[in-house]
Amino acid sequence: MEPSSATGSAERDSDAVLELRGVSKQFVVGRRTIPALRRVSLAVRRGRVTGLIGPDGAGKTTLMRLSVGLLAPDQGQVRALGFDATRESLAVQSRVGYMPQRFGLYEDLSVQENLDLYADLQGVPPAARAGRYEELMRMTGLARFTARLAGRLSGGMKQKLGLACTLVRPPQLLLLDEPTVGVDPVSRRELWQIVYRLVQQEGMTVLLSTAYLDEAERCDEIILMHDGEVLGDGPPGQFREKSRGRTYLVTAPGQRKRVVQAKLAAAAPVVDALIQGDRVRLVLDSEAAPQPAALLPGVAGVSIQSVPPRLEDSFVAMLKNRRAEDRGARPPDPAASAPARRRNGGGPVIEVSGVQRRFGNFYAVKGVTFQVERGEVFGLLGANGAGKSTTFRMLCGLLPASAGRLRVAGVDLRTAAAAARARIGYMSQKFSLYGNLSVGENLRFFSSAYGLSGRRQREQMDRALEQFDLAPMADTPSLDLPLGHKQRLAMACALMHEPDILFLDEPTSGVDPLARRDFWRRINALAEQHVTVMVTTHFMEEAEYCDRLAIMADGEILALGTPEEVKQRQRSAEHPEPTMEDAFIALIEGKGQTTASG
Amino acid sequence: MFRRIRALTVKEFLALLKDQRSRMVVFIPPILQLLVFGYAATFDLNRIPFAVYNEDAGQAARELVARFAASPHFRPVATLRQEAEITPLVDAKRVLLVLHIGPTFSRELLGGRSGPVQVIVDGRNSNTAAILLNYVNTIVAAFDTDWQQRAGGPAALAHLETRAWFNPNLLSRWFIVPGIVGLLTLVVTTLVTALSVAREREQGTFDQLLVTPFRPGEILLGKALPGFLIGFFEASLIILIAVFWFQVPLRGSLLTLYVGLFCFVLSTVGMGLMISSLAVTQQQGLLGAFLFLVPSILLSGFATPIANMPAWVQQITYLNPMRYFLVILRGVFLQGTPFDLLVGQFWPMAIIGFVNLGLAGYLFRHRLY
Amino acid sequence: MSPARDQQSPVAPPSRGGGGMRLRGLIRKEFYQILRDPSSIAIAFLLPIVLLLIFGYGVSLDAEHVPIALVVEQPSADTASFTSGFHRSRYFEPVYLRDLREAEAALLDRRVSAIVHLRADFARRLRQTGGAPVQVIVNGVDANTGQLILGYVQGVWQKWLQRQALDRGDALALPVRLEARVWFNSELRSRNFLVPGLIAIIMTLIGALLTALVMAREWERGTMEALLVTPVTMREVLVGKLVPYFLLGTGGMALSVAMGTWLFGVPLRGSLWVLFAAASLFLLAALGMGLLISTVTKNQFVAGQVAILATFLPAFILSGFIFDIGSMPAVVQGITHVLAARYFVAILQTVFLAGNVWSVVLPNALALAGMAAFFLGVSRRKLRKRLE
Repeated sequence: MEPSSATGSAERDSDAVLELRGVSKQFVVGRRTIPALRRVSLAVRRGRVTGLIGPDGAGKTTLMRLSVGLLAPDQGQVRALGFDATRESLAVQSRVGYMPQRFGLYEDLSVQENLDLYADLQGVPPAARAGRYEELMRMTGLARFTARLAGRLSGGMKQKLGLACTLVRPPQLLLLDEPTVGVDPVSRRELWQIVYRLVQQEGMTVLLSTAYLDEAERCDEIILMHDGEVLGDGPPGQFREKSRGRTYLVTAPGQRKRVVQAKLAAAAPVVDALIQGDRVRLVLDSEAAPQPAALLPGVAGVSIQSVPPRLEDSFVAMLKNRRAEDRGARPPDPAASAPARRRNGGGPVIEVSGVQRRFGNFYAVKGVTFQVERGEVFGLLGANGAGKSTTFRMLCGLLPASAGRLRVAGVDLRTAAAAARARIGYMSQKFSLYGNLSVGENLRFFSSAYGLSGRRQREQMDRALEQFDLAPMADTPSLDLPLGHKQRLAMACALMHEPDILFLDEPTSGVDPLARRDFWRRINALAEQHVTVMVTTHFMEEAEYCDRLAIMADGEILALGTPEEVKQRQRSAEHPEPTMEDAFIALIEGKGQTTASG
Repeated sequence: MFRRIRALTVKEFLALLKDQRSRMVVFIPPILQLLVFGYAATFDLNRIPFAVYNEDAGQAARELVARFAASPHFRPVATLRQEAEITPLVDAKRVLLVLHIGPTFSRELLGGRSGPVQVIVDGRNSNTAAILLNYVNTIVAAFDTDWQQRAGGPAALAHLETRAWFNPNLLSRWFIVPGIVGLLTLVVTTLVTALSVAREREQGTFDQLLVTPFRPGEILLGKALPGFLIGFFEASLIILIAVFWFQVPLRGSLLTLYVGLFCFVLSTVGMGLMISSLAVTQQQGLLGAFLFLVPSILLSGFATPIANMPAWVQQITYLNPMRYFLVILRGVFLQGTPFDLLVGQFWPMAIIGFVNLGLAGYLFRHRLY
Repeated sequence: MSPARDQQSPVAPPSRGGGGMRLRGLIRKEFYQILRDPSSIAIAFLLPIVLLLIFGYGVSLDAEHVPIALVVEQPSADTASFTSGFHRSRYFEPVYLRDLREAEAALLDRRVSAIVHLRADFARRLRQTGGAPVQVIVNGVDANTGQLILGYVQGVWQKWLQRQALDRGDALALPVRLEARVWFNSELRSRNFLVPGLIAIIMTLIGALLTALVMAREWERGTMEALLVTPVTMREVLVGKLVPYFLLGTGGMALSVAMGTWLFGVPLRGSLWVLFAAASLFLLAALGMGLLISTVTKNQFVAGQVAILATFLPAFILSGFIFDIGSMPAVVQGITHVLAARYFVAILQTVFLAGNVWSVVLPNALALAGMAAFFLGVSRRKLRKRLE
């Protein structure tokens, strides 16, 4: 049967390295059956980088696991490299490299020991190892850290080590499940360089799933998935073209950008409105040229400029249409239902001066100083291990500072009375709600924790369920929710008591663009109500949504100011109009050079 | 404040009992173990297999053998013809005792002299051997007395009238079963609490708790209450089974017993939470619980009396809450010990409990990562 | 696996037959993890030492220096000769109390464990037919100790009778001259039987608890998924876990045996290799059980609790370690047959104290081998190379 299948596949699609035909897969969670894939057929071509994109719960991870024989399909056939992935899974596994979303590095093993383990498991002959290691270490820049325990590496380095372990025997097909989640831009760029080098030098075929659409643009081909179905595939340009002639940048001088964005988003022909620097990017539902007066009635000096489309524009438009069909309506606008807040007034709400945090000999944060005004959205950007989370934990009173002064709403939360904590809301980096409690039970617990009771508690819970669109799954254990829903629930819990100050630690990490838009819509609405929001993020475009931001590296602040100020400061001959990502990378690299030279 | 603590307690219960597996772990094994251990954990020996090597055809020898065979403690399984048969039988553990009566036994006795009887005991389990020797002595002593009376010889100058208070038949089940109440309560409350903080730390929910307006005291109470309630519930269930199933007399007042139970659970919950707030991961919590449980059980007097331990080990046992609770349990169950005689057992447990709870509450916020 | 297809691509000559290499890699990894995780070391080496010290020095079933109340209503030369036996015995620590009521109060709050009561007419009735009654009351709460104390009192009484007879120049009064010989442990040292049994408990802990945790950890941390996509077979995963913990367990065993024989003077009459062969079989069974627990639960919390409840407590109470299995009810005896510890305890106590008695060693070893095969076989079947 093997030779015949080989010729058979040649007839079907000579270039298909991975092929799914009519594949369906269901999971049983508790008493419910969840369809993960519905009759999916697709092909991944040799020597290409194919991106698998789609919102959470679209079935990307299931597809990857089916492809390497870790799951068996309920229906249909999966063939990888000419083998049946279900029945000949060992043959597939010895030829395919697969990096799961949470790559299983042994954190108590050193970099070298992890490599050795996977070299042994993949059967790399000892003679071939030295050369391969050297190549991988050079590629990943881990050469200096071979003796370090994997658990002590930063997130980006861990991801690169995971990739190196997957590549220790050069696979013919490389599957990467969200390889860049939670990885800072510098590391992300390096990961991409590695992937392209593999394709070009070693002729590898790569299938990767990602939530970053700017990454999807770098793929040769993309496959768009939604709800277990393939919505479309083709080169990114083909997707991009769908939005040609419908994308614009709007400038409205003298107006607050969030107000402008909210107004634009509500306008009829607008599919998507997104803050970009001090302008707003629009995607319209038709190619008819927009009229400033129709979009922003009563606002003077509005200029609208046509801009080339991006993949994200098409993607969001497609998914929004799809979702509108599914639900028949747009999600409710939080700004409309949230009550206005009373507290107003000047003076910084968060003050940080000269704060240090030492762990043994290691300074996680060294001498950080900044202030955040009331109603500001303040962003903290930085690579993994830059000290963002440590700063957050100190501000929230979870960790004492080794030196310096911290004030949140005028008090140090570490020593202040418990009641002072009622004024803040905190959403931590990883999902940290009670997994086996249902959505409703989590909401009830956290509202009680903040002293809500009786009618007010019921009202707030109902509002949260409605606003965050969680009502249909109020009885679902929160652990079983898709990632995007988890984030929504976490935010709902942090907002139950209408805090004045909100701390969000990488709230959108790994969340797809639609969920991220919802998320920022809520943050903007809160900021308009004078809630102070402090947020950390890896997404550079999200940095643009902030009023002011600080870029951190190695426990220090490298740049502080409005997004425009930060970008302008990094203007250079190479980047006359730097994006936030350019600015970030320039800053980090500049620091690397000064430390290297000094 | 009350409402917040209630919310915490409800949350703890939900987190613990919603998962079917952890629900099973908390409730089923303790009950099963009580039933099995209640029957298994006994020092009383029944129907001990023994062999007879009787070289004497006389009537006195036959009578002595008959006395052994009639005892409920012994069960004859072999009659030997030659000495060489003894070793393999004992080695293979087929018998624990060999009764060897010499050829001249009856003759000596009839002559008014002493007749030799040899007993060979398997000493691999020294405790069994010691108890067994006691049984042998008792049977032989009874035989002696009867023989002397029938022979009309001088009666013994004095005889023993023995009585065992509180446990007239010296049933070791009456000793062990109340101990199991303590044992299982200890294991369950420690396991429930020792992982509660560690699990939240590992999952990141503890930080979420710490940024809410809960005071450390409230978190502590919220964490301690489920352990308390489960401990009380299980202990009550086990007490019921002990009294109605195993028929162990409960002579003292329930109030005294429950005051003791309260102090004991206070101390174990405190210990569990202390371990838990020291641990960073669940595995560490589990190991900590284990390293606490094993010595607590071994050095409590549950199976081996504290009085038999060397002085320095006895000093250590004063740190063990189980030690005090076992005194209370056995005192109340069997002796009906009144409240005032047990005060000395209550307060050390309460102190252990409060010190540990205080430490745990401190560590909630001050444990560095 | 047609070679033609392999040639299609210039990259990646797929590995073939690298089973030995994969296994070695897995084993090496496991060792690094053991060495870097203080808790594994704690279970494998610290716990045995602590337990052996507690048992070797601390725990004993031998009642000595039992506080006993002597109530002598009318002291005389006769009562003094009777009570002197208690002073001479190493088992007793007598105190004199004035009346029975005081003694009973002392018995109630456990200041004394027994009362020996000589009434006012002791000296008078001594000379009468029927003899003088000596009232002995023990506190029966601790039935086992009570039993032992009664035996000791009986011993004192018999010795006194013999002395009296000798003093009066009578021949020995008692018809039966009992000569008790205790084989294997002539001094009846409880240490000699507790320490071998304890080794079984320690091995249960190392085997079942440790493996239950480490396998569940791989599932929880996501390392299992990364392992599964390599060409490794499940048999290799299983063996890769078995070998390191087997060696760790053997190390713990060697430590325990060394401490038992050298520090506590427990005789080792059988041969070492029989001991280690039996230990190997037992370890395989315990490891298999641990692997099964963690394969089924895939969760450290539940695996740990199940391991403690299913291994430690039963091994403590049902294995014959302290309580005699033969005296348990038939149903409970039946239950003990599914415990590997039961067979191992029997072998240990025999090999240490009696020697290589094949009639004990072989059947028990066979049972251990059967259990090992069962647990490992079931784990192997439960452990499939899929995530479902």
